[in-house]
Amino acid sequence: MKPRTLYGKLIDSHTVVMLDEQNVLLFCDLHLMNEYTSPQAFAGLNDEGRDVLMPGQNVAVVSHIIPTHPVQHRVIHDPASALQASNLKVNCLRHHIPLFDTNDALQGIEHIIAPEHGMIRPGMVVMCGDSHTTTYGALGALGFGIGTSEVEHVLATQTLVYRLAQDMRIRVDGQLPIGTTAKDLILMIISRISAQGARGFVVEFCGSAIDYVLARALDIDDGMRDRALSLWATLRSDEGAVFDVEHVFDASHVAPYVTWGTSPDQAVPITGTVPKAQGAQRANIEQALRYTGLSAGTPLEGLAVDHVFIGSCTNARIEDLRAVATIVKGRHVASTVRAMVVPGSGAVKVQAEAEGISKILIDAGFEWRQPGCSMCLAMNDDVLEPGQRCASTTNRNFEGRQGRGAITHLMSPAMAAAAAVTGHITDVRGLGVSND
Amino acid sequence: MTEISTRTSRLEGIAASLPIANLDTDQIMPKQFLRGIDKKGLAEGVLWDLRFQGDGHPRAEFVLNQPKFAGTSVLIAGANFGCGSSREHAVWGLLQYGVKAVIASSFGEIFYSNAMNNQLLAVMLRDDEVQALFTEADLNSLPLPIVVDVEDLIVQSPKHRFSFALSDRHRRMFLDGLDLIGASLAHQAEIEAFAERHWSAHPWLRDVARRTTARLDRTHPA
Repeated sequence: MKPRTLYGKLIDSHTVVMLDEQNVLLFCDLHLMNEYTSPQAFAGLNDEGRDVLMPGQNVAVVSHIIPTHPVQHRVIHDPASALQASNLKVNCLRHHIPLFDTNDALQGIEHIIAPEHGMIRPGMVVMCGDSHTTTYGALGALGFGIGTSEVEHVLATQTLVYRLAQDMRIRVDGQLPIGTTAKDLILMIISRISAQGARGFVVEFCGSAIDYVLARALDIDDGMRDRALSLWATLRSDEGAVFDVEHVFDASHVAPYVTWGTSPDQAVPITGTVPKAQGAQRANIEQALRYTGLSAGTPLEGLAVDHVFIGSCTNARIEDLRAVATIVKGRHVASTVRAMVVPGSGAVKVQAEAEGISKILIDAGFEWRQPGCSMCLAMNDDVLEPGQRCASTTNRNFEGRQGRGAITHLMSPAMAAAAAVTGHITDVRGLGVSND
Repeated sequence: MTEISTRTSRLEGIAASLPIANLDTDQIMPKQFLRGIDKKGLAEGVLWDLRFQGDGHPRAEFVLNQPKFAGTSVLIAGANFGCGSSREHAVWGLLQYGVKAVIASSFGEIFYSNAMNNQLLAVMLRDDEVQALFTEADLNSLPLPIVVDVEDLIVQSPKHRFSFALSDRHRRMFLDGLDLIGASLAHQAEIEAFAERHWSAHPWLRDVARRTTARLDRTHPA
């Protein structure tokens, strides 16, 4: 048999029907939904009188519009947003779909909750009306975002008409130096291959710098657990499998990375400066610098920030919060900065409180909020003012993303913590850190 | 999805240039317009920050606000148009605004599928061809008349004639408004048989979402 990539194996094991040379009907093991990209899908389904084909493979979460103020009982004051939440509940009840609702103790960001509850397992195909669904590659699953028409299609058929992608492998040799994280590594990679460098591809990450996250074997009977674990161990690309494109990077030279522009590929090491607008990217760089108010040659280090946001499906897990606590312990948020930490889920919040992390953060002057997507997309009331500059652990620095005219600098949790305590973008390696 | 529209295979209209790379769906349809539970009223939000100042007044210089560009039905855009967020509201809004086709050298992947699922024609040309159209539009000094022929897969402007590729499936979806869900449900027996085989090999995947219900219920003692 021809050697296959892991992606090829996952496609083969989930193909119900080959539709044509480019498209398959792909089975979806888990379909996640949120309150803002699913309403029109449910409406379409209900209008047609169709049922959800396999409700047990679907789950929904209120995560995007939810306020994160530190109150016990959360009330969504915006009437339209409140309707999205209540509408989701009605749809879930009608179709027997489990819902992590606004005031569930376990509520959180969809991509934090799903692995937390063992819903993501190696070898699965996961879909969600959210572009950050690719996160599940970290657990050996194939995950990708879909649109609302496709959400409706998955609800009705538990499959998707899926266009096959090409295979890319990114090998990262060496080990990340102290003070750097996976966030710095991925910003470096995106800055090299560009924001559209993997468009049309599924990427397999490998090499000595890459560790996959161990899936939680929750809800798997003891008798089945060994079988599951041994099967998961076989999930790798075959020796000799052919990738359409391969990139190789060295982790040992990675520095903390920070974005300076309005696309995640506009990033440089903290020791770097804002680039000149020249070459093929000239117009893009000019536009980005107009928006971010920066000029060529300005060092990233020392740039004053007004706001620090630590959260999002990218960086709101317990490990991220531990990294932040390590930096801020015994320090205080600068007087010119408003800093907030929005944990990824109720479970993360409880754990951080049990570990004493929340106390360290609150003592240091951080706002310790309730879980949600919050200022990653600013769809709730966590919105920045025009001109405010934010050090953010999210993964999008688009124009207006965190508020009209607001400027986002993407970075790791440790780097955001460093910016919070110094009041400006700071090389966290100068604050005495370890890779614990 | 079953609403079959009668589209002609030929789009004819005036085009506006948006020579901005990575024009993401946050910019095409900002967050404040995503709070509905239906698809209504999204024309208003299209390219909001580009069309309007912070105080809500139109930016007179922005191409789509110029009277001669009223009725624009084609956008010529920079690379990676529609990247970022999966929000289909971006596509619904463009259609409601009157845009029937977007021409670019590449599109965000989810946007591309969303466009095809809604019969918004996403036309991929080579980068140099898109640049030629930008040049011809001369910084939007005049609206550029454009014809897109979906039968012959041709984009025609006064000075240029470019061919483009479209998969057979997408071409049919555009021309016939294929009912994808209905078509896939024709495979329902195969889907259900597949699931039984799949779950017998991987029993831990059956009801992988429903199993969380017990824990959720515990958080609701009432």
